[in-house]
Amino acid sequence: MSPQPQGTSTDLALVTGLKAGDQGAMAELYDRYSSVVYAVALRVLGDTGAAEDVVQEVFLQLWRKPAAFDAARGSLRSWLAVITRNRAIDSLRKRRPETDIEDVVLSVAPDLAGDAERARVAERVRGVMGTMAPAQRSALEMAYWEGMSHSEIADKTGEPLGTVKTRIRGGLMALRKAFQG
Amino acid sequence: MNGHEQYADDLALYALDALRGEARARVDEHLSTCAACRLELEQLRGDTALLALAAAGPRPPQRGRQRLLDAVAREARVPAVVRTSARSLWWGWLLGAAGMALIACVVLVLRENLALRQSVISARSEASKNARELEELRRIAAPIIDPEAQRVTLVSSKAVPQPQGKAFYLRNRSSLVFLANNMPALPPHKAYELWLIPVSGAPMPAGMFKPDAQGSASMVHPVLPAAVEAKAFAITMEDETGAATPTMPIFMMGAGE
Repeated sequence: MSPQPQGTSTDLALVTGLKAGDQGAMAELYDRYSSVVYAVALRVLGDTGAAEDVVQEVFLQLWRKPAAFDAARGSLRSWLAVITRNRAIDSLRKRRPETDIEDVVLSVAPDLAGDAERARVAERVRGVMGTMAPAQRSALEMAYWEGMSHSEIADKTGEPLGTVKTRIRGGLMALRKAFQG
Repeated sequence: MNGHEQYADDLALYALDALRGEARARVDEHLSTCAACRLELEQLRGDTALLALAAAGPRPPQRGRQRLLDAVAREARVPAVVRTSARSLWWGWLLGAAGMALIACVVLVLRENLALRQSVISARSEASKNARELEELRRIAAPIIDPEAQRVTLVSSKAVPQPQGKAFYLRNRSSLVFLANNMPALPPHKAYELWLIPVSGAPMPAGMFKPDAQGSASMVHPVLPAAVEAKAFAITMEDETGAATPTMPIFMMGAGE
């Protein structure tokens, strides 16, 4: 079974607590995952104040809509990381949120519950990225961390749209393969 | 992708929110009718989560925690509802003489509190329902997984009991219950390992187990990759620390019934 990262309550129990209005559960979840959320927001925005605002917004969204998290599909850590990246990109591009958190459903292959596991995952992701061709890595990073559309990437790099699309999907598939053994 | 390869590249962009305009609308329309591509989208989002989790940085400033908890307290859903109500009523009465505008404010607060109370009642009802369902599941599963349960395998009266394993796998929830009996005793420092053999790709570890003195064992919901279609399950003997790939020979194997 999944190790618990900190404290004694499971993520599911804490999210159930949120549904019942338990503010202590919110505090425990913040202590557990604010580092991940802040790291993702800061990576996108590069500004501590803006990153703090995104952290606040993400956790308030969780407080308001705890049922949006589907524990059957993956870890809370992964879900929060994806939500945070999306919100940070919206903030970076100064646009209204395009996707409601209730519509963000994801399946995650590895068990990412513990901090030790997270460190292992991070190291492995960096390893996979390091093996990609520079153009593929660059396209994936521009799409993910800068929120650029495939058209914008094609314009910037001077490469055909189809090439950009294929590179981005290929990069994601390489990551998936690395974690599926 | 189940024959929907024409959407493969666009789905990856969609998962990254990197698809715009007509192309995004086309994928939206397809997703509304294609469960296979919705599943692929969920997996692609899972792949993007790996990128996010690779981000490293300093811890957030401590002030953020208090800021969040203050905001949460302002939106409190349970006991604060009652306290806010009483306080609002008191101040509404005290300041009522100051003008009708304040009375209107009190009315608004009361309406909000009523809505919040209704949501609390709804949440409690949902929690109660979940607890009942969990208790019912425990009751049903107890004869299967309780170590004290008596396990009997019925075979032909002339047959010698053979090792037997049963895997119950629910792909869309990545849930697995595994039961085994008549399993041979293990050498020291060894354990049996269950493998999920996907339709494509390498076998995936699906849990370790050691049978009890009667040769019985069970595993409930071991950690599994998400939504993988299983072609078969197999059992090998491994070091008790587990293995990433199965060690030959395969001790037991079975496909779906």
